[in-house]
Amino acid sequence: MKPLASDRPFQLLLAVVLAVAALLAVSMVTPLGISAYLANAIGQLAAFAVLALALDLIWGYLGILSLGHGLFFGIGGYIVAMHLLKHSSEVTGRVPDFMQFMGWSSYPFYWAGLGFFPYALLVAAVVTILISGVFGYVSFRSRVDGVYFAIITQALVYVAMLLMFRNDTGFGGNNGMTGFLVLFGWPIGGSGVVIAMAVVSVLLLAAVLLGCRLLLGSNFGVLMIATRDDEVRLRTLGYETLRLKLAVWCLSALIAALAGMLYVPQVGIINPRLLSPELSLEIAVWVAIGGRGHLIGAVIGAMLVNALKFWLSAAAPELWPFILSGLIVLVVLVFPNGLVDLAKLKLTRPMGIKRLASEPELR
Amino acid sequence: MAAALLIDDVTVEFGSFRAIDGLSLAIDYGEVRAVIGPNGAGKTTMLDVASGITRAKQGRVVFDDTIDITRSSESDIARAGVRRKFQKPSIFEGLDVRQHIAIGAQGGLRRILSPYALAQRVDDVLAEVGLADLALRPASELAHGQKQWLEIGMVLASQPKVLMLDEPVAGLTDEETERTVALVRKLRRPDRAIVVVEHDMDFVEQIADRVTVLHEGRTLFEGSMQDARADARVVDVYLGR
Ligand SMILES: Nc1ncnc2c1ncn2[C@@H]1O[C@H](COP(=O)(O)OP(=O)(O)OP(=O)(O)O)[C@@H](O)[C@H]1O
Ligand SMILES: [Mg+2]
Repeated sequence: MKPLASDRPFQLLLAVVLAVAALLAVSMVTPLGISAYLANAIGQLAAFAVLALALDLIWGYLGILSLGHGLFFGIGGYIVAMHLLKHSSEVTGRVPDFMQFMGWSSYPFYWAGLGFFPYALLVAAVVTILISGVFGYVSFRSRVDGVYFAIITQALVYVAMLLMFRNDTGFGGNNGMTGFLVLFGWPIGGSGVVIAMAVVSVLLLAAVLLGCRLLLGSNFGVLMIATRDDEVRLRTLGYETLRLKLAVWCLSALIAALAGMLYVPQVGIINPRLLSPELSLEIAVWVAIGGRGHLIGAVIGAMLVNALKFWLSAAAPELWPFILSGLIVLVVLVFPNGLVDLAKLKLTRPMGIKRLASEPELR
Repeated sequence: MAAALLIDDVTVEFGSFRAIDGLSLAIDYGEVRAVIGPNGAGKTTMLDVASGITRAKQGRVVFDDTIDITRSSESDIARAGVRRKFQKPSIFEGLDVRQHIAIGAQGGLRRILSPYALAQRVDDVLAEVGLADLALRPASELAHGQKQWLEIGMVLASQPKVLMLDEPVAGLTDEETERTVALVRKLRRPDRAIVVVEHDMDFVEQIADRVTVLHEGRTLFEGSMQDARADARVVDVYLGR
């Protein structure tokens, strides 16, 4: 991996992300023509980009494909939703609608304390690490990888979805949770709050992007790439790859949970469909389209695909599955490294083929 | 003399097929041992057992007379000082030459070398395997022979006590083979055992102190290369073909 100081495409993307955050922030005090609606859309896109980075970290740089990252996204989402509801109850003095339907007049014990945000944050982290840790340990320990691992992760998210569809678990059942009223004491629908959430999302996207880049540029990142390229070779050089994979897997899960915590307050609802296998599959599609194994590819892929989806879901929702499939086919057949291929083509053509050869593809 | 690596009555089965059949072999410190034999004789499988990749159904593998590594993990075995080069050059496509040697020298997640000592060691090894000029080259751009040397460098960077090389000159030109002969000769030390699996008999003749001929998972012959050439059974199953 190129040193950060000479990695122009990365610097450019990071600068753009930070500029967007700055623009959004300024628009909170002086109108710049950025509506709350647009800010909200940008904020959601940023959350998806964070989710894509989580997947790229393990798929692109460790060679482990997860088709169940929606699970960790969901954990973050559900816990932040619980926090928002608990917090809203403190204002209204009532338990949320879904509990009233169940005939419950008070919260189940496991909701205790979630109104306090730092505690909710801690719970989200602990639950994510626990679930990803146990699952990762068992899988990596028994050397499950490749397609088998991907299928098991997909099954895992599916099981979680079925569990969440049940109404008696105290997580909102099939209707999910909605009706969030306040965020840190502020009315959640106010345009200032909406834009502020977007700013925070975009800033955290920048932070995660930079954090991943620094990790990959470190010695640890070198070992990640070595694990991806030939794990047996690395093991027989004395490296306990189980630990390394487990650490990155849990980190990736945490980033996905963070994405969920950013996403749910901005859409204002969470339900079990967030845990549907389709969403988890789609994350891999975003990364593949952007270019796996290039952090910027994950961000661009997630942004482009979801922007297209936002726009189409208003204009022609029935076309979406066809367009998504078309994109996948295009990427597989024409740009096996994703859109990053396209950029390379343009950037390098004027300088000739030689240049292309001297900068080999990461993989 | 102390045995660096003892393979004691080892049997390996794949399903109902016996790839190694009650094989015993002792390799001493200070020697270069060649293990030869026809395709499918079980040479690579033997190295796989010694490096923890394949489990023996029966028997033990002992390192340094006292350390039983039969059930140890690949990484524990490597850290104990038993390392090998694979038959198919195994390198990391996404990393450069220097990074490979550094990974080999550090030899485990826990850092044992200071940054200065590491840099020193990497420079030494790069010079030893003749890749100093290519230190910053991505490994994916190396020629086949250079990949073989890179992998040898990666393995020897941790200064292993037992060094196992599976077909180090396969696919190399005569000149590259000569360089590998010189390299292996330089690597021999009184406190190190070297096991070389090869089909190139001229190469074996130049580096090996003793040869072991494997056939169908068993030892057919053990002794000097000269005597092996004269042995009727060895000629019959392998050298005469
Ligand atoms: N994982 C495996 N599963 C099933 N059979 C195997 C496996 N590994 C090796 N074998 C079989 O065991 C036998 C010994 O293989 P091995 O690779 O040890 O031979 P070799 O002596 O290294 O041969 P070569 O000179 O061709 O490299 C072969 O018949 C091979 O097909
Ligand atoms: Mg072999």
